[in-house]
Amino acid sequence: MNLEASTQQLSYIANQASDARVNIELETEGMTLNLGPQHPATHGTLRIIVRLDGEQVVSAEPVMGYMHRGYEKLTEVRTYPQVTTLVNRIDWLGSFANEVPFILAAERLMEVEAPPRAQWIRTALFELSRIANVVLFLGDMAVQLGATTPVFYAFRDREFVLNQIESVTGGRFHPNFDRIGGIKDDLPKGWIQETKDVLSRIHSFCDEMEDLVVGNEIFQTRTRGIGIIPADTGLAYGLSGANIRSSGVDWDLRRDGGVGLIHDQLDWKVWTHPDGDSFARYWVRLQEVRESCKMVSQILDGIPSGPIMAKVPRIIKVPPGEAYVETENPLGIMGYYIISKGDLVPYRVKIRSASFNNVSITPWVLKGVYVPDVISILASLYFILGDIDR
Amino acid sequence: MGLVENGKLPGPLTKLLNISRKYSLWVYQWGLACCAIEMGAAFASPRYDVMRLGVIPFPASPRQADLVVISGTVTDKMAPAVRRLYEQMPEPKYVISMGSCANCGGPYWDSYSVTKGVDQIIPVDVYVPGCPPRPEALLEGIVLLQERIASEDMTDRWNRDPIVVT
Repeated sequence: MNLEASTQQLSYIANQASDARVNIELETEGMTLNLGPQHPATHGTLRIIVRLDGEQVVSAEPVMGYMHRGYEKLTEVRTYPQVTTLVNRIDWLGSFANEVPFILAAERLMEVEAPPRAQWIRTALFELSRIANVVLFLGDMAVQLGATTPVFYAFRDREFVLNQIESVTGGRFHPNFDRIGGIKDDLPKGWIQETKDVLSRIHSFCDEMEDLVVGNEIFQTRTRGIGIIPADTGLAYGLSGANIRSSGVDWDLRRDGGVGLIHDQLDWKVWTHPDGDSFARYWVRLQEVRESCKMVSQILDGIPSGPIMAKVPRIIKVPPGEAYVETENPLGIMGYYIISKGDLVPYRVKIRSASFNNVSITPWVLKGVYVPDVISILASLYFILGDIDR
Repeated sequence: MGLVENGKLPGPLTKLLNISRKYSLWVYQWGLACCAIEMGAAFASPRYDVMRLGVIPFPASPRQADLVVISGTVTDKMAPAVRRLYEQMPEPKYVISMGSCANCGGPYWDSYSVTKGVDQIIPVDVYVPGCPPRPEALLEGIVLLQERIASEDMTDRWNRDPIVVT
């Protein structure tokens, strides 16, 4: 080895060593940050423990249970009509949609079927509660990314939808309107025309959001390419609803499920997006509100006449057996597994709610992202705490 | 506010302080369950618009807040956090318990994991019943609280009965 070569080698080693020293100096001490249990970005009490290296998330761990109210145990001491009161409060933004799968499962056990008019009204309310739910998301995600105006628009237009739900059911928030074998009351007079006006409002709200939020450069920079969930990973974690459709999976139980709602008689489209990032999740939900508006207006034009209740005994005793029914709720797939022993109360009810699975992907998807992106990803995953913890 | 706490201020000055406190209530943004959405409707929606009552709903920290609305179910796991946030608020502070769950447990009266009433852990000034209460009911609770603040005497502040919105 000549002198020149060894000098080169020495300088190379010295360079490496100084680089390494700089890296060590720049390496920050790890920090553990608690997002929650009270955090403005979660309307509820989810706590996420993120371990940070500088601005980058090393690991994230969701801590659930701050809103656990013990539904599955409480259903064992409530009669079947009382359970609907309870399950309203699981996903509190789209309350009516929570009752539907439970009632359908109980109907399957009792072998009764709701009359056609009841099924059509049920579907209309199901979709209206989806609108009431997702409209708030459209404003809420923007407010979490720093735009305050859309949430005011969302609350403004959501009020009209709630008014329509209230004028049918009497409950602005928690309708408790679905009964085994039909629905409680018929539609009030003039409701159909009023609802058409509201739907046109929601249509213009969607256009507004498209202009204000989707076309916004800041919004696009903060959401495009952030929090990408590939289709296979999403399916492995059990994502459902718009979260999995925005990863390009064409799967919607309203079309593929074949449960006792009448979506198959309507003309609508399942929207998917190939990207799987935060932007795609927002965009797919925006399109879904439009599709729901389309569905409701078709229902309003085509509601058949007839009775709204099937023949059901006054005191409801469900015959022994097991039934599982799942529907495509605003947040994803929601299902109830009922075991009945022929009693006034269910023996056991297992609730499969969408947000629990949607939030279980957070450790995977938050790994390696930056802190501001955490908010963007959590907002776009769109969970509701009552739906996670039950 | 140390002088006011001792009740040593002359009447007109106390009145002036009370009026200024009444119209600058800072509500901590604190959502727990379903009622949080109705609270959001009361605070953020143009239809109800709480700011016209002089209530400012967006302090980022409990240390800047005068009023907290316990909006929703308090579970046993959440109760320590509720207590801690309440203790972080500076005096004089007020609590509105919104909804049946925060008042007494509500539909979860026989649940194993729900605290039956937030008044077990923090003192409550106004109870707003309902499941969830309409935004108008919350506004009524805030107006009643403001009336009480306007005629408040610091010396017997802690001896008063809570308001119940009917």
